[in-house]
Amino acid sequence: MVKIEAVIQPSKLENAREALKAVGIDGLTVSEVRGHGRQKGHKEVYRGREYQVDLLHKLKLEMVVPSARKDEVVRALADAVRTGAIGDGKIFVCEVAEAIRIRDDSRGESAL
Amino acid sequence: MSNRVFAGLLLLSSSALAQGPPVDRAELRALQAAVAASQSAGDNAWMLVSSALVLMMTGPGLALFYCGLVRKKNVLGTMMQSFAMMALITMLWAVCGYSLVFGTGNAFIGDLRYLFLRGVGAEPNALYAPTIPHQTFMIYQLMFAIITPALIAGAFAERVRFRAMMLFSTLWAFFVYFPAAHMVWGNGGFLNAFLGGKYPVFDFAGGTVVHITSGFSALVTALYIGKRAGYPHEKIVPHNLVLSFIGACLLWVGWFGFNAGSALAASSVATSAFVATHFAAAAGAVSWMAAERIRNGKASALGAISGAVAGLATVTQGAGFVQPFSAVLIGLIAGAVCFFMVSVAKEKLRYDDSLDAFGVHGVGGLVGCLLTGVFATRAVNSALKLANGQPAALGWIDGNPVQVLHQLIGAGIGIGLAVAGTLAALRITELVTPLRMNEREEASGMDLSLHGEEGYNFEA
Repeated sequence: MVKIEAVIQPSKLENAREALKAVGIDGLTVSEVRGHGRQKGHKEVYRGREYQVDLLHKLKLEMVVPSARKDEVVRALADAVRTGAIGDGKIFVCEVAEAIRIRDDSRGESAL
Repeated sequence: MSNRVFAGLLLLSSSALAQGPPVDRAELRALQAAVAASQSAGDNAWMLVSSALVLMMTGPGLALFYCGLVRKKNVLGTMMQSFAMMALITMLWAVCGYSLVFGTGNAFIGDLRYLFLRGVGAEPNALYAPTIPHQTFMIYQLMFAIITPALIAGAFAERVRFRAMMLFSTLWAFFVYFPAAHMVWGNGGFLNAFLGGKYPVFDFAGGTVVHITSGFSALVTALYIGKRAGYPHEKIVPHNLVLSFIGACLLWVGWFGFNAGSALAASSVATSAFVATHFAAAAGAVSWMAAERIRNGKASALGAISGAVAGLATVTQGAGFVQPFSAVLIGLIAGAVCFFMVSVAKEKLRYDDSLDAFGVHGVGGLVGCLLTGVFATRAVNSALKLANGQPAALGWIDGNPVQVLHQLIGAGIGIGLAVAGTLAALRITELVTPLRMNEREEASGMDLSLHGEEGYNFEA
């Protein structure tokens, strides 16, 4: 199993969800986060004083999928949220040692 | 002041009892002046309060109501659309807006006699409001001109540039509001029932002037500018209904100034308009909640406040002309009809009137205009006199069914003017500056893209 973690533009959430649904991924956790990569932030002005805002609104999507499906899901997700402009976000993939469904204690991929 | 009146009355009665010499004419004149001054003081106090109440409807009332319904990236931009009207329209009003509405002019637009508010001072304008200073009347009417374009913004929420909105609203005031208000309320206006209009339309507080014009203009802007990115397949939900709730309640209270203030005096007609306003708001809320319960299984908070606003918009035209129970009926009809427009018809017709400016104000205003023709009665308002001095029959229930036709003509002219004027204003605005935010600006939201700030700074 792998965990796919994607940091995306907030306005692309619906696109991402539709794409994941299309490849059969039902489980998903979304959090509101702030951060930046190479894209630096923007200026905000309050009563004439300028502030540089570097930490931008993003959404973080997390899902755990069978290892065999990794490439397919990553591609679907990236295609769905890409605008081609700086600030589109990042996807990280890491190994997951175990998954447990709390309700019935099932383990591994059957818990997903 | 009342001491002087009392002393004068004492003088009158004692001289009558004594059968003495006739009352001194100068004393009598002083007495009349004292009575007039105390009535003026009472009326002026109520009208100043009403003016403040109507301003409160735009800011913060409408600003809160609307900003809670948008996504949080657009909260400030949406509030600014209301607030900016408080500033912008006031400037226009001071320069020539007031004059173009209330200067006598012709049947369709006023003249420039009050340019820069020249001659608008303490002396009452006997044509419109003989007991209050002309300036009070002027500032009261300004508050109506402010809220009307602010209402339209609900239809194009979350996607129009600030600069374009300011220019559009300026043009719209000249093309639609000033002529519409002159026709219905101005001296010699085409539709003015009381001051020599050709087709007498009863519009007590602006059902036609404010709600029909803004509502139908709203529909035109929504169709012309197009949908928000992602509408309707993406979930675009209100970010904070608590704000909308507070806004709607402020609107309800402010509406007492809007409708009861339209009596232009602290009179029994003001009381009757106040009562009708409250009853229609309550009935609108009841009826929308019931409709929602039947259709969706649950009465929602947003539904309840929307119903109240629908009732208020709908009774605006008839408040001051109708009995309390007629107002209840008007409110019940308003809640159900506006619910249908917003929840059923809008889905089918697939236009993005984002905050339902048309569904509530346009439709409510139109329904209210026609129902005023049905329910207006001289038992409430005897201002319209026959040649023999008797109060004239007003609506259908008074035995004057043709009034419904007159109301329909008034509404038709209001709608025609709103559609044509709005299209012209949009076209001209577009020639000067783009109407819509680009895709990227829309995605990051009005607050950052248009104003360079954010409503909610969690690091702060």
